[in-house]
Amino acid sequence: MSQTSDKTSDKTPQTTEDLVNVTIDGIQVSVPKDTLVIRAAEQVGVQIPRFCDHPLLAPVGACRQCLVEVPDAGNGRGFPKPQASCTLPVAEGMVVNTQATSPVADKAQQGIMEFLLINHPLDCPVCDKGGECPLQNQAMTNGRGESRFAGAGGVKRTFPKPINISAQVLLDRERCVLCARCTRFSEQIAGDPFIELLERGALQQVAIYEKEPFETSFSRNTIQICPVGALTSAEYRFRSRPFDLVSSPAIAEHDACGSAIRVDHRRGKVMRRLSGNDPEVNEEWITDKDRFAFHYADQPDRLTYPQVRDEDGALRPASWTEAFAVAARGLQQAGSAAVLTGGRLTTEDAFAYSTFARVSLGTNDIDFRSRPLSAEEAEFLAAHVVLTGPDNGGVTYADLETAKTVVLVGFEPEDEAGAIFLRLRKAARRGTRVLSIAPFSSRGLQKMYGTLIPTAPGDEPAALDSLLGHADHGIDATSVVLVGERLATVPGGLSAAAALARKSGARLAWVPRRAGDRGAVEAGCLPHLLPGGRPVADPAARVDAAASWGVDSVPETVGRDGDAIVAALAAGEIGGLVIGGVDPADTADPEATRAAIAAAGFVVALELRETEVTRAADVVFPVAPVSDKSGTFVNWEGRVRSWEAVLSNPGSLPDLRVLAGVSEELAALGQGSPIGFRTVAEARAAMAEMGPWDGERPAMGDHPRAAAADGVRLATWKQMLDNGSMQDGDKHLAATARPAVARVSAAMYDALGPTVTVTGDRGSMTLPAEIAEDIVDGVVWVPANSTGRGVLCDLASPGTPVSVKGGTQ
Amino acid sequence: MTSTLTPVLTDDWDAERSWTLATYESRGGYSAMRKALEMNPDDIITAVKDSGLRGRGGAGFPTGMKWSFIPQDNPKPKYLVVNADESEPGTCKDIPLMMATPHTLVEGVIISSYAIRANHAFIYIRGEVLHVIRRVQAAVREAYAAGHLGKNIHGSGYDLDVVVHAGAGAYICGEETALLEGLEGRRGQPRLRPPFPAVAGLYASPTVINNVESIASVPSIIGMGADWFASMGTEKSKGFGIFSLSGHVQRPGQYEAPLGITLRELIDLAGGIREGHELKFWTPGGSSTPLLTAEHLDVPLDFEAVGAAGSMLGTRALQIFDETTCVVRAVLRWTEFYKHESCGKCTPCREGTWWLVQTLNRLENGQGSESDLELLLDQCDNILGRAFCALGDGATSPISSSIQYFRDEYLAHLQHGGCPFDPMASTVFAAEGATA
Repeated sequence: MSQTSDKTSDKTPQTTEDLVNVTIDGIQVSVPKDTLVIRAAEQVGVQIPRFCDHPLLAPVGACRQCLVEVPDAGNGRGFPKPQASCTLPVAEGMVVNTQATSPVADKAQQGIMEFLLINHPLDCPVCDKGGECPLQNQAMTNGRGESRFAGAGGVKRTFPKPINISAQVLLDRERCVLCARCTRFSEQIAGDPFIELLERGALQQVAIYEKEPFETSFSRNTIQICPVGALTSAEYRFRSRPFDLVSSPAIAEHDACGSAIRVDHRRGKVMRRLSGNDPEVNEEWITDKDRFAFHYADQPDRLTYPQVRDEDGALRPASWTEAFAVAARGLQQAGSAAVLTGGRLTTEDAFAYSTFARVSLGTNDIDFRSRPLSAEEAEFLAAHVVLTGPDNGGVTYADLETAKTVVLVGFEPEDEAGAIFLRLRKAARRGTRVLSIAPFSSRGLQKMYGTLIPTAPGDEPAALDSLLGHADHGIDATSVVLVGERLATVPGGLSAAAALARKSGARLAWVPRRAGDRGAVEAGCLPHLLPGGRPVADPAARVDAAASWGVDSVPETVGRDGDAIVAALAAGEIGGLVIGGVDPADTADPEATRAAIAAAGFVVALELRETEVTRAADVVFPVAPVSDKSGTFVNWEGRVRSWEAVLSNPGSLPDLRVLAGVSEELAALGQGSPIGFRTVAEARAAMAEMGPWDGERPAMGDHPRAAAADGVRLATWKQMLDNGSMQDGDKHLAATARPAVARVSAAMYDALGPTVTVTGDRGSMTLPAEIAEDIVDGVVWVPANSTGRGVLCDLASPGTPVSVKGGTQ
Repeated sequence: MTSTLTPVLTDDWDAERSWTLATYESRGGYSAMRKALEMNPDDIITAVKDSGLRGRGGAGFPTGMKWSFIPQDNPKPKYLVVNADESEPGTCKDIPLMMATPHTLVEGVIISSYAIRANHAFIYIRGEVLHVIRRVQAAVREAYAAGHLGKNIHGSGYDLDVVVHAGAGAYICGEETALLEGLEGRRGQPRLRPPFPAVAGLYASPTVINNVESIASVPSIIGMGADWFASMGTEKSKGFGIFSLSGHVQRPGQYEAPLGITLRELIDLAGGIREGHELKFWTPGGSSTPLLTAEHLDVPLDFEAVGAAGSMLGTRALQIFDETTCVVRAVLRWTEFYKHESCGKCTPCREGTWWLVQTLNRLENGQGSESDLELLLDQCDNILGRAFCALGDGATSPISSSIQYFRDEYLAHLQHGGCPFDPMASTVFAAEGATA
């Protein structure tokens, strides 16, 4: 839906000067300058065996498996000895003979393979990697069948079997071929060099510094790139064989990055998830959360059948048809009704909620922002976010790499969008400057070689203003500003970001936290936007949408946003509520949200697992997790990321099917029309038919800024691994979460000691304190959802000051 | 060719308290430095080029040419690094030199740094030789006190600081890029080249890395002239060098002579082979250079002739073994050294040395069969030229050369069911008349 037809591709074709002609195994091929021979050979269909080589890591030439013969280096002279093709760039006129044509190269490779195997254990039958092991495969293609080492009575090097290098990662040192992919990934890509090679000779081994375990947000990519079974995960170890697994491509659902993943499943059960390979998005890396957080869908509290509230006030199981009818009757009797959705929705489901609100309930009271929000944000989304995408000049991952400067505001990429973090770190290593408007330099910012623009929460608008005309910072058209969703809580923040972009020419992108958020914007789960960015306030847009939906009209007035819906429910102005994917604890005022749900005359909940919302609902519909349905996430770039259902589970229906059922029953009762689609495919067709709005985009006004409040200001965001319910079910993953600490200034630490109690208008939290060296005076940071019920429930309402005193635990 | 000794570097070794600045200066020390500081740095590089000095660390790369590779338009600082990590079995020239006359090295460092426009120089000394480290540290301290080092040396406007760095006990750090890694505080493992150290060496800056003896030869070239230096030696291997004789000779030690001298002449100078014995095999340049035998006694010891004889001049570490020595045993001991010192970075060296030791062990104990010799040679073939650095190549040299010259002796172990030699016979405390 964010697609438009005008393509502004800036890709220029390779000019002939950039190409180098080489002859590999007698076949001439032209490849870009600086291409390594090992990859040039792939162009002629020759796979040279390799272990240490990885296209996204710097060449190292350690394993020597990829030796080739180079009779002519391009200067008429050859190399006297075989060369490692993974470190040798092509040269014009170079002649390379691989194992396919050169006995010398073949013998060299066989020799290396034999060496690699002398100290490798013969435990393939019980090794997790067996069946998908580059060592196993290449030993078959480039090795000898019989071992001369064993035949001559050789004694292998042995180590005690696996040792934990973190709660989740196990290391089998016997299997390790010391290719250093894992240590190089940690150092070059993740920036967390917590593993390193120690000792020497055949006793060399990967090891950790015992006081700094291998706990990073990306560490398990090392398991995936390990070319042998040396690194395994506690989660997947001994759970299945690769040849029993079915692999399906999918998109990760834990953040707005749209990372490509591969889901490996067996007999209807997800066994593991791996990174996909999408050079334009997440390259070959995913966060540990994307990799391991999938057991939330098979927890015992998963809903499996519809329920309705009986006359005795208890929920009882019901058939689908009964539940549809009860829901429709209840909603009709409740009078007006509103829709609240959360971040887990696919775009198709979001479109269904959006359609359901308009055509069945006859309201624009719908909001996907189940978190602190603002009217300013709604304007910002309509003016600067909806319908932008890679095809119409929207900021992309690739743009982050080419930008001279990237400004982050209200956004902590390492915790909130892992793929952006890795891309920014890659960019920064090549010279992109990262500026972060934040209260202190996070470890993530340091890893991006970033510069802090020290800013207390609430002061972001002034900090954004200060970037204009700032001699050192020089924001211009080569810059990118990444705005996190948290900036919505700062009055004037988003308009200041928009003004900075307008005045400097810098490009602007909005990064939400959840996978479904951007799709919900596009699908119109907002009180002022219909699907495809159609403004409710624009009569032509309303007519356009109504025509596509096949209804006479859509509601004319801009609806209530999430906070107003909560207030209206509590006040009795709205009677009915359709709610899906919302955790009251995430909302700006959790107590108010809970009270509103309790006060609502009739609540229909669509949920994956039993929650406080389903317990309070009158009708509960179980819905399918992302693995059970086809869907689409629109990522922060506006890139459309679709997948097909991984598992086939007939009892597990997408939200849109439930809404279709309820809308049909409502129509039968004389209220509204059916939403018009029952399947994901039909929803996609309906979305495509409606298409993007081609009319004028509403402008954004200026918004007042708030005066600084007295007291200590609270900074907070969610850490990547925390108490989020979608991380339930993997204790090894949870064990690698960063512990909850309060970050304070050195002065505050000295005054208050190693434990502090932070008190706000909703309660107190007592946490161990850690010094953040450069934290702005008068600011304390706590993780938003790593302790208790989270900051919004237990500590303070958004934007309010707190007090900090020494505390004991 | 001359057969007389040419003591230059070793000339002061017999002086009273030779390691002190006073002794060194009383015998003309630091005059070359004063002369050099008045020269154009490029002229010094030209002089070293003209002298024909080739690297004394083993590879024999022309020193002046190495210096001229330093890109002088590179805005980064330039560094001189002296490789004093002398660890090759049999090699013992740099350590005695630094022990006896450390100021020769310090003076060479000053002149060389000035030539390449380096304001920082590092002397990386093998960590095990604490006494030598202390000697060099003391010499550097004395040089600072005398104004030979520091800011504005003797009013020349030239600044130089010298750091004496102690290694941590790894043979691999004698490999120049591994040395740089160690100097930067990392694990000593060789780096991928390119970039070469001359472009991006220490701290990614242009760096010259030279052996102790190369740098110590520079003052004499500046003092006595390139022509004087080039008048010694052979056509392509100019000058003099320290020949370290060890093993079964009457007077082991360091003999400084023009390149091109023969082992026969050196053994004569050393008083001959151990009384009552005869030469069996020898290494021309440490254990990493293929063995030679008595038939090579008259090979001129310069880079070309030793190369033509199938070995390498290396570090001129002449280990002399007489007929009491079991070649299999000697080779196994060397191979155990390489296994212990392999850094682990690349497969052939790491795994290959692990295996070579086991194969040789079996052969020494008379186990296995003649086909194991072919296996051994095939392993060497799979290591030589396949490893990341020269350590792996070096590990194969004693094995393949010993099989070339002494295949029968290997076979004798198999026929004898073990080593046919009396291991005591080769020791210095061997009983009179002990024989093989």
